[in-house]
Amino acid sequence: MNVNEKLDIRAILTDLEHYRPKRRGWVWRDQQPIDLGAFHYIQASASLKNGIPLPSARHLGNIDPQPDATITTEIASGRFEDDIRRMRMAAWHGADHIMVIRTAGQSHMDGLLEGTPQGVGGVPITRKQVRAQRKALDLIEEEVGRPINYHSYVSGVAGPEIAVMFVEEGVNGAHQDPQYNVLYRNINMIRSFVDAAESKKIMAFGGLAQIDGAHNANATARDAWKVMPELLVQHAINSRMSEKIGIRPDLICLSTVPPAAPPSPDLKLNLPYALALRELMSTYKMRAQMNTKYMDSSTREATVTHVLNLLISRLTSADIQSTITPDEGRNVPWHVYNIEALDTAKQAMMGMDDLMSMLEFKKDGYLVETKREIQERAVLMMEEIISMGGYFRAVEEGMFVDSGYYPERMGDGIVRKVDGGIGAHSILKRADDYLAPVSAHYGYNNVSQYGLNKHDDPSKLIGGSTFDHPEWIQYIDELDDNDNVNIRLDESETYRSTTKIKPEVQWLGDGVVTLDLFFPTDSDTAEVAALVVAKNMQLKQAEVIHKEILHPAEGTRVQLKGVVSFDVDTKDLVLKEKEDLLSDDVMFEYIKKHPIKVIAGTGGSDEHSVGMREVLDIKHGGIEKYGIQYQYLGTSVPIEKFIDAAIETHADVIMISLIISHDDIHYKNMEKLHHYAIEKGVRDRLILLAGGTQVTPELAKEHGMDQGFGRGTKGKHVASFIVKRHMAMYED
Amino acid sequence: MKPRNDDFNARSMHLKKMSDQELKAYFEKLTDQIIDPMLELAYNHTTPAIERSVLMRMGFSSLEAKALTEKMMEHHLLAHGAGHVVMRYAQQKKCPIRDAGLRLMDTSEMMSMVEVFK
Repeated sequence: MNVNEKLDIRAILTDLEHYRPKRRGWVWRDQQPIDLGAFHYIQASASLKNGIPLPSARHLGNIDPQPDATITTEIASGRFEDDIRRMRMAAWHGADHIMVIRTAGQSHMDGLLEGTPQGVGGVPITRKQVRAQRKALDLIEEEVGRPINYHSYVSGVAGPEIAVMFVEEGVNGAHQDPQYNVLYRNINMIRSFVDAAESKKIMAFGGLAQIDGAHNANATARDAWKVMPELLVQHAINSRMSEKIGIRPDLICLSTVPPAAPPSPDLKLNLPYALALRELMSTYKMRAQMNTKYMDSSTREATVTHVLNLLISRLTSADIQSTITPDEGRNVPWHVYNIEALDTAKQAMMGMDDLMSMLEFKKDGYLVETKREIQERAVLMMEEIISMGGYFRAVEEGMFVDSGYYPERMGDGIVRKVDGGIGAHSILKRADDYLAPVSAHYGYNNVSQYGLNKHDDPSKLIGGSTFDHPEWIQYIDELDDNDNVNIRLDESETYRSTTKIKPEVQWLGDGVVTLDLFFPTDSDTAEVAALVVAKNMQLKQAEVIHKEILHPAEGTRVQLKGVVSFDVDTKDLVLKEKEDLLSDDVMFEYIKKHPIKVIAGTGGSDEHSVGMREVLDIKHGGIEKYGIQYQYLGTSVPIEKFIDAAIETHADVIMISLIISHDDIHYKNMEKLHHYAIEKGVRDRLILLAGGTQVTPELAKEHGMDQGFGRGTKGKHVASFIVKRHMAMYED
Repeated sequence: MKPRNDDFNARSMHLKKMSDQELKAYFEKLTDQIIDPMLELAYNHTTPAIERSVLMRMGFSSLEAKALTEKMMEHHLLAHGAGHVVMRYAQQKKCPIRDAGLRLMDTSEMMSMVEVFK
């Protein structure tokens, strides 16, 4: 794949029928201490072959240290074909665990979905969709040079079939937790647990990492921090069940969310809990998820909460660090917020590298006492579940997701009946001759009636299974002529195969833009005013997505989204030519060998010196940084004085700042400087540079300068030009 | 559950003497007590979804697996295992597994297996 070319979605969809994934099973990061730039990192992993560093990295040699934990991003806009592009962008920003949320209602579908219908709040998980995304990720992981784990859900009433399809298609991880079905999806509890045993056995065979569903209790309970004892119980039930069925403990991942969020005292509530969990379940892996329970529409607030969650991860542990996009409180995540969330995780985790080598927890007092208390409360809850007659009875009584802090009960827990829910009465006792002639089957299987012993793979009876004969897999392309990827691609084809583009937040050509506005008025008025602005800007479907009161009377901030109806044709665009800058190292080296002196000042009667100082001073990354010596003559320097000073000090360069542009005085002064240099016979050995906010390079050159520098010029632009010109004058 | 006040202090008296390690071991023991009966239940039971997943592993599409499973449920054959029924049919007719499944979509063929599993 060429990094400068877009992924060809149609090529990915071509010949999918015969595509086979490269590998099966989960891959952890290559964890190792690394040296990058001037720094030594401990909780780190191998660097990417291709990636985008944090913005500030440009001041630090563009280093891009990657944390030790696997980093998750959730991408599911409803159109899997558009999500593929986002997956590539996410991988470049450090994601190596891509999770696809299912479309609303899929857990109640009694069977697999096929084809590529559009989803709502997620993507319909089908073989074709999974295969296309895994195929794309197989390419993307080569581009970034790191394995990427692909992940979705093995739950609902079709869990075992989804598990089979995932193993066949090289899916690397999945949520699997029967308690989730029971409590939040009202699927019959016996059906859920019987199905789960089979699903887990299949996942164990395929080496998939499993993530549980306990975090949903946080998201559901009224006071999320009060369900902490129950979270320990839920984690234990699912993890231990999985282990006994055969999933390796290092692939059993507990989905743990710090239950509280500011303005509650975040760490005081969350840290004892995080310790309690990791101590009781030390043999399993931690998938640290971020808090969504109290999330609102402020992306700033969400980001701060998430950074506190990352602090908990660094104070305790995280094997998988999940990220929640900061816009999840207001819409299905947009491209840029996946990237922001990934950068937040990378930035915070590497910023807190090796934190615990400098700290230790107090051995007595609040922290350990609270940790122990949470653990005891969980133990008491288990005792009561057993005394009630077991898990199913306890669910019938409403033991789970009660808003009381166990053993306190408020009587508002979720109640499910053992013979109720979706799929009730669909459970069959296996007959004595029950047989399943396949690999990875859980439970009673009478293979001896056909001459096998119990340790043989039952699939020997029929010569194998799709797991070792992928050519047996029956691939279904599309079932719905009106709702599929081909139709969606045709509709947006303009933006794929012509030079036209449109702004976008999630789908190619969606045209969505956001406005960030401040109005000096109250909140209600501001909201309506924002919509008027949108209307006058001809934005369609305008909608306020966030409001913040700065003061009840003085002002309100409004963020608004809307759709633009025009295209931009890239063939009509005139792109600025990019100056190739020399690298810092080349400049340092050259100036060390060839010292360069500069005479600088603001010319004529011009007192504006701020911009010039920034281009000169080492403090602002000016030319001084590269070893260039300068003599600053001050402000309002007569033009002749620049040349006289240059002659006197044997300077190589004159830098004149000319801000005032009234009546083109700045260009007139450039000519004056040029002609005086000729008059003195030094023009050939001097590099003359002019800068200022109204200076354009072309006009500066027309008026006798070697180069002109306009708005936004940094020291390195000027230094690079000086060195290049100096090389041309003296090295050739 | 009936609402009740937090009686943690009284209820947890018997845990106080345990070390952290002992409490952890006790927690694990209780976990097993909760899950073992459920694993036993799963060991001896099956569901349409499990049987569909078996058929998929044998080389049937999701749609075929669903149709076959429903038919077997109708004819009270599912408790013997969907894959079992297909395999037995293939043995009897000396045909490949996939052909066997497709032929069993026909109700009369499926009826013939009711006799076999009596």
